[in-house]
Amino acid sequence: MTIHQTSLRRPSLRRRGFLVSGAAVAGGFSLGFHIPFEDGAAHAQTVKELNAWVVIHPDDKVVIRIARSEMGQGTLTGLCQLVAEELECDWNKVAWEYPTPAENVARNRVWKNFSTGGSRGIRESNQYVREGGAMAREMLIAAAAAQLKAPAAELTASNSVITHKASGKTVTYGAVAAAAAQLEPPRQVKLKDPKDWKIAGKPLKRLDTVDKVTGKQIYGIDFTMPGMLVATVRACPVIGGKLKSFDAAKVAKMPGVKKVVAIDGNAVVVVADTYWNARTALAALPTDWDIGKLGEVSSDTISAMLKEGLDAEQAFVGNKTGDAKAAIAGAVKKVEATYSFPYQHHVTMEPMNATARVTADKCEVWCGTQNGEAALAAASEASGLPVAKCDVFKQLLGGGFGRRGRSDYVRQAVLVAKEMPGTPVKLIWSREEDMTHCQYHPITMAKLTGGLDAQGNLVGLHMRISGQSILASLLPGNLQNGMDPVVFQGLAASGVEAAYGYNVPNLLIDHAMRNPHVTAGFWRGVNTNQNAVYMESFMDELADAAGQDPLAFRLKLLKPKWAAVLKAAADKAGYGKPLPAGHFHGLAQVMGYGSYVAGVAEVAVNPDGQLKIHKITAATNCGHVVNPAQIERQVAGSFAYGLSAALYGEITVKDGAVEQTNFDSYNLMRIDEMPKVETVLVPTGDFWGGVGEPTIAVAAPSVLNAIARATGKRVRDLPLMHHELKKGV
Amino acid sequence: MAVLNVNGKALNHNADPRTPLLWVLREQLALTGTKYGCGIAQCGACTVHIDGVATRSCQVPVNSVGNRKIVTIEGLATNGTLTKIQKAWVEADVPQCGYCQSGMVMAATALLAAKPKPTDADIDAAMTNICRCGTYQQVREAIHAAAKA
Ligand code: FES
Ligand code: FES
Repeated sequence: MTIHQTSLRRPSLRRRGFLVSGAAVAGGFSLGFHIPFEDGAAHAQTVKELNAWVVIHPDDKVVIRIARSEMGQGTLTGLCQLVAEELECDWNKVAWEYPTPAENVARNRVWKNFSTGGSRGIRESNQYVREGGAMAREMLIAAAAAQLKAPAAELTASNSVITHKASGKTVTYGAVAAAAAQLEPPRQVKLKDPKDWKIAGKPLKRLDTVDKVTGKQIYGIDFTMPGMLVATVRACPVIGGKLKSFDAAKVAKMPGVKKVVAIDGNAVVVVADTYWNARTALAALPTDWDIGKLGEVSSDTISAMLKEGLDAEQAFVGNKTGDAKAAIAGAVKKVEATYSFPYQHHVTMEPMNATARVTADKCEVWCGTQNGEAALAAASEASGLPVAKCDVFKQLLGGGFGRRGRSDYVRQAVLVAKEMPGTPVKLIWSREEDMTHCQYHPITMAKLTGGLDAQGNLVGLHMRISGQSILASLLPGNLQNGMDPVVFQGLAASGVEAAYGYNVPNLLIDHAMRNPHVTAGFWRGVNTNQNAVYMESFMDELADAAGQDPLAFRLKLLKPKWAAVLKAAADKAGYGKPLPAGHFHGLAQVMGYGSYVAGVAEVAVNPDGQLKIHKITAATNCGHVVNPAQIERQVAGSFAYGLSAALYGEITVKDGAVEQTNFDSYNLMRIDEMPKVETVLVPTGDFWGGVGEPTIAVAAPSVLNAIARATGKRVRDLPLMHHELKKGV
Repeated sequence: MAVLNVNGKALNHNADPRTPLLWVLREQLALTGTKYGCGIAQCGACTVHIDGVATRSCQVPVNSVGNRKIVTIEGLATNGTLTKIQKAWVEADVPQCGYCQSGMVMAATALLAAKPKPTDADIDAAMTNICRCGTYQQVREAIHAAAKA
């Protein structure tokens, strides 16, 4: 049985007296950090870390430090596998813990990036976490050499035991860990060839499961501490609007109410003894808002704004080869189609929340966050205290999907706690607050125009995107001369991140930026989602116009890695072979987050127009496979996420405010609509790609393409719920 | 003071009588395994058993419960021994973020009590809980496995 994670049951490392005894080695591994061991009196002794990543206890327990946030994607298990692989430790003795963001700052960012988004957890940290494991192993071997009086070169390490074959002597990691921690780390280590992996690459179970089926797992919303109060917030229903007035006296005497405060000039918060009392009082609190001209904005006005951009003169060029407009003008056949993709909400199952305690010289925050260091910065800014006096104690996330990469809720919690110095305050957003104050998946439209020659070859393609920029909304400083390069995810000319896979002799992909006031943000898969809907739907439309099979049409244009993964999915799905009566296949592929993915959807539409998505076959080339079982789960989950958006996802705006308030107005896919998902892994072993996001992008277009085959109806505007799929209607 | 019968124990609370059972469990009785997802009986994260019936506790005023028997996720395992459904959940490695899983396990437990060998259609009808991580495929697999166990 696996030992479960320890961080939530133990106070933070620093609060337990994290003593820096030597100069921290910048960007490397340093020794001499005392971590008192607190798993019961029997172990009441000091255990020194081997390096920032690895602590080994005398009883052989291995604690692996994880900097990235676990939000369901399995990153902590995968990262532990990579460290354990090089460490050569017993997997059954592995536990994990989070270092805090402030510890990272204090130690020269020894754990590097805490940010958990963009499917980066494993692909960007695999090298240094494996080195951490390998260095620790070498130190253990060196210590064992001294103890066994045998040359280190004659020792082998496996399963937390070091063996001297010649003498038959063995020693366990726990027995030499203390001595190893005194040694200098090796300057260089050689990492194992992935083909020799025993722990990494295997379909191991997650390390964080049992507490999640017994109700013991603590999320931010469950966090509690003595003397804690609970608050809930109502921000101006129109994003960007201001608080004009509120009448605290009306609710001050209601049960449990402790305080009513305004924060940031745009929100009111009731602090009470319990959430329910806070919520009840907030519902009764009269508020008046100043929304100005924003009240005139609706989904219709936004739509008109985007439509104008489809043919606008000015646009940022994201990808250009040859002269697309001229090639299309001279083509034998011209195809044109316009698509749209609405605002989406992340809907983490756990609503936003954070607990904060602020005193004159300290600010502490307990919350789920995808970006611990950003949360730390937000805590510092909101409290007015320097970063060195703040810390964030990360809790497990009840879903992230990009939503918890933003620290707006952390800021609010700290602002409220600041009003009550010394009192811990847990701020919980209602689902209604959460639905109406997100940073939504951006809204865009796209017009695609293609030209075919007499043989049906694609000679020119122009894709005009019109719509919202995430960077303009959240990180305007990252715009490049006004352009948002993130808009072109999956469409970029080259690069390891999200490059376009089709060889089109004359290509133009450009973006007319149109930014409504509704905040846009990173939503799992981000811009690959709608870009793949547009491009992959249009590829089918082009194939139809050329009178060619959509797979054959694509394979003629696709670069090798893109083509290989599409072929893998098509082969596994039996594409082109007879299907059950009434079933139809649809294809889509994309490159995103460093990985190549493709999906084949098998759907049927009955005479009443009812859609049934029977099966999805999904292929992934993520370079290296760290845990195939968890990849399968991410791929299946990606289809649940992407298909929920395709079927139902739509945030609309009326009088400047988001109209959807809860799951009765924002429907989500349940088990009855979940297709069987079969995952095919085709790793090529020559790069490291991400897994949590890329597949979402192929969910909608593969199904839309299959629907078009089944019904002859081409759905170009999501969500599907607005479309009649019945024949003849 | 009012009394609730939760997981076989009589527990006192002093919440307003109209408070939803969900919040009494979470904030008065420290049983935080029962989750808040929507508050309007849509998502199932707050599912508990009341006299054996899977019930969305966010829409149950605490004063309507009387002395009926409430079982929460914390009440399933006895002395640390997981139920066969919890075991199947661990075996199939179902949870991702895990936030919906208390409700999923409670709904599945009620389903298997009513229908020891559920069909896929039974599962579709009974398991209307929302999982945003998309664990549905593993949920189905675990229910079938538990039915065979
Ligand atoms: S919280 Fe009760 S059903 Fe969602
Ligand atoms: S496991 Fe995350 S919502 Fe279901």
